[in-house]
Amino acid sequence: MRFNLIGFLLLIVCQSGWAAVKIEYWQNPHGGRVYFVQTPSLPMVDVRIAFDAGSARDGAQFGVASMTSSLLGTSSGEWSADEVANRFDSVGAAFSNGISEDMAWLSLRSLTDKVLFEKALATFREVLSRPVFNEVDFQREKNLTLAALKHREESPAALASIAFHKAIYQDHPYAHPEDGVVQTVAGFEVGDLKSFYQKFYVSANAIVVIIGDLSRQQAEQVAESLLNSLPVGERPAEIPQVTLPAKASFLHIDFPSSQTHVLTGMPGVYRKDPDYFPLYVGNHILGGASMVSKLFEEVREKRGLAYSAYSQFSPLFRQGPFIMGLQTRNDQTNKAIEVMDSVLRDFLDKGPSEAELSAAKQNITGGFAMRIDTNSKLTDYVTMIGFYQQPLDYLDVFQSKVESVSAQDIKDAFQRRIRPELLQTVTVGSK
Amino acid sequence: MKYRLAALMLLCPVLTVHAENGKVQEQIFANGLKVLVKEDHRAPVVVSQVWYKVGSSYETGGITGISHMLEHMMFKGTKLYPPGEFSRIIAQNGGSENAFTGNDYTAYFQTMEKTRLEISFKLEADRMRNLELKADELEKELQVVTEERRMRTDDQPRAKTLEQFNAVAFANSPYKNPVIGWPSDIANYKVEDLQSWYQQWYAPNNATLVVVGDVDPEQVMKMAEQYFSGLQPSIIKPIKPQDEIEQKGVKRITVKAPAKLPYIMMGYKVPVLKTAKPEWEAYALEVLAAILDGGNSSRLPSRLIRGKEIAVSAGANYDLTSRMTDLFMLEATPAEGHNVFDMEYALQEEVLNLKSELVSNDELQRIKAQVSAKDVFQKDSNFYQAMELGMLETVGIGWQKANEYVAGINQVTAEQVQEVARKYLIEDNLSIAYLEPQPITESTKPAKLTGVHHAF
Repeated sequence: MRFNLIGFLLLIVCQSGWAAVKIEYWQNPHGGRVYFVQTPSLPMVDVRIAFDAGSARDGAQFGVASMTSSLLGTSSGEWSADEVANRFDSVGAAFSNGISEDMAWLSLRSLTDKVLFEKALATFREVLSRPVFNEVDFQREKNLTLAALKHREESPAALASIAFHKAIYQDHPYAHPEDGVVQTVAGFEVGDLKSFYQKFYVSANAIVVIIGDLSRQQAEQVAESLLNSLPVGERPAEIPQVTLPAKASFLHIDFPSSQTHVLTGMPGVYRKDPDYFPLYVGNHILGGASMVSKLFEEVREKRGLAYSAYSQFSPLFRQGPFIMGLQTRNDQTNKAIEVMDSVLRDFLDKGPSEAELSAAKQNITGGFAMRIDTNSKLTDYVTMIGFYQQPLDYLDVFQSKVESVSAQDIKDAFQRRIRPELLQTVTVGSK
Repeated sequence: MKYRLAALMLLCPVLTVHAENGKVQEQIFANGLKVLVKEDHRAPVVVSQVWYKVGSSYETGGITGISHMLEHMMFKGTKLYPPGEFSRIIAQNGGSENAFTGNDYTAYFQTMEKTRLEISFKLEADRMRNLELKADELEKELQVVTEERRMRTDDQPRAKTLEQFNAVAFANSPYKNPVIGWPSDIANYKVEDLQSWYQQWYAPNNATLVVVGDVDPEQVMKMAEQYFSGLQPSIIKPIKPQDEIEQKGVKRITVKAPAKLPYIMMGYKVPVLKTAKPEWEAYALEVLAAILDGGNSSRLPSRLIRGKEIAVSAGANYDLTSRMTDLFMLEATPAEGHNVFDMEYALQEEVLNLKSELVSNDELQRIKAQVSAKDVFQKDSNFYQAMELGMLETVGIGWQKANEYVAGINQVTAEQVQEVARKYLIEDNLSIAYLEPQPITESTKPAKLTGVHHAF
């Protein structure tokens, strides 16, 4: 470090007036959990409702969660798909929805001006609670989905990801792509979506997140009006545990691309994992920090083998994937894989140095304010906290949890959790 | 440290919530550097961006992509900071950083906790004049950029189509060249090329420093002066205009690539805010783009994707902040049972419609509501606010235009939309590219990774 840090320290001390985040929490009589953060500085609000209704709930109908989600926002109550779109656009509101492995959500961003917000919210409520699932909307959305699945096959990155998930999860509900596959989607009927919706889009299975310029009372009314529009229903049983792969495997898919996409990994960390923080901080050093990680340094900075080289944990309700990835010119694939392997092997053997650990901590805690500096980011964080039932002080204690991780914790956690003999490797490209 | 901090905080005066959000302070130093500071006190963070007036549209044949290559090399060290040190220092201070290059600009940014701004200034000021370009670093980074090109363009059928489309749509404008550069140009950069590009364009009088966040503008100006005002200016020669010649008839190309879906893009040459005379034409084109593709209720999604159900994607795009004449783009992917020529016909029909009938009052009202809402939504992000100021300033429009945008859109009439449609969306101004998918034959081979000593 070449800076006179004393000067900076004095300044840091005087950042006041800004506590982490005050999340207000309450439960609706129907069982839905509500999370509210008041951010009064801009006349806008984000409202999100999320359900345990992601692709892990597909059963054998791969893609049914995703297609159900895509029908929300089409004809609803008395309104056609066009009218729904018009009602949102006419007040400048942004409606969006989507799914992940675990979650399905609907989001609304609106100005808080009374007239505008009321119209946006009323539309949002209809979209949420009274989807029509008519045949015309269904056929069209199905065709759009089938086209998107076809489009996916143009992308070596997408093909690699699909094959990789299959390799690490085998028959687990996390194994198939979130959007499904042509074979299953082509066979869907509108009734399949309706049943999925009726089973999972219920208030007992919902959380509501509200971030923005509303009073507590207004937020309560918003949450009530959304949750009360749904039947109570019940929460589904937990999805099954992940079984680790029995042994390492390699899979190559020939594809007419100039680069080969490489993914290596295995099931990693889950949201409430006791190893979460050691793995998170460790991964930051290994391949998480965008321009200073070991993988970035060895693959890109020292050897120019790839534009991006990274590792990541994506925690889910069960163990989400641990992935190391890069893309490189076809004929240097083996070399790049060797570098990636040796970086991991070295990290598993030795763990991080004290200097690396302290740099990582400085980066994570020093940049903490930037994780929650917009309503958008807050909405994502609070949704995660609510959906995965993290403690409400998650953001307050985040930095001290990071600070308390030792080099030995990281080494132990990585050695227990990242097992070279179980790693699954997928390459997509031409030989 | 966190705990010590909590105790010491008691000694600090309680700051009241500031009311100065949104005002932009401007200062120009004697060496020509322009500094813009916008207060936003919603969170204790700050974004700092340095914008240079140089990008791919400044490049000549043989060195295309050199602005982007130089952007990469800017992380490769100075006398004071060896390669990688810049990024390490930013990371250790909790910052996130990166850079981007476009047709008309190259920009570098750091997002930091607000008290660390000085670190960003110190480093950016240093690399504005003191970059050390080394052949061995260039050799490696050239490979990285080549991989980047493969990933972003060569293996992406639509990006590839767009690249070839631009090369044909523009006859002589530098917008015909890709920002990342043509492969043989990338392969042949020499250190001297980068050195002279750096000398030519990286100087305080060709840069704008933009700071948005929880800061005191006076302090920021003082600090900027401390680090940047001593930098030597350069003689910046005005760049040749390279105005695009008038197009005389439709141009069509086909691009073959391994793909699964056909695709069409169409582009009309249009003026932009900087070149439009009168200026309202640019706002009218912006409204026109929103009529077609501003939200799910706009014409392309409601008529082509829903309605006729002939397309699985359809869009319109217009960037009014370009430096030179640009393209008003339309694109579509046909639904099963339809082809790119159906798309061309349907898009042309929409264009015809705009010429023959006035857009409805409801549509105009909808766009105005959306623009007012977006104006608020965008303030959720310091980064976006800084981008807007930096870009307007760098392309030569002036940051003040940011304040006129909403009014500019609000003043557009249905007649003006019709007028720009009639004037610019004409066949003589049109270029079209069709993506013609080539078969992809995949084959899966388990457990065959020849020649790799895979440790696991």
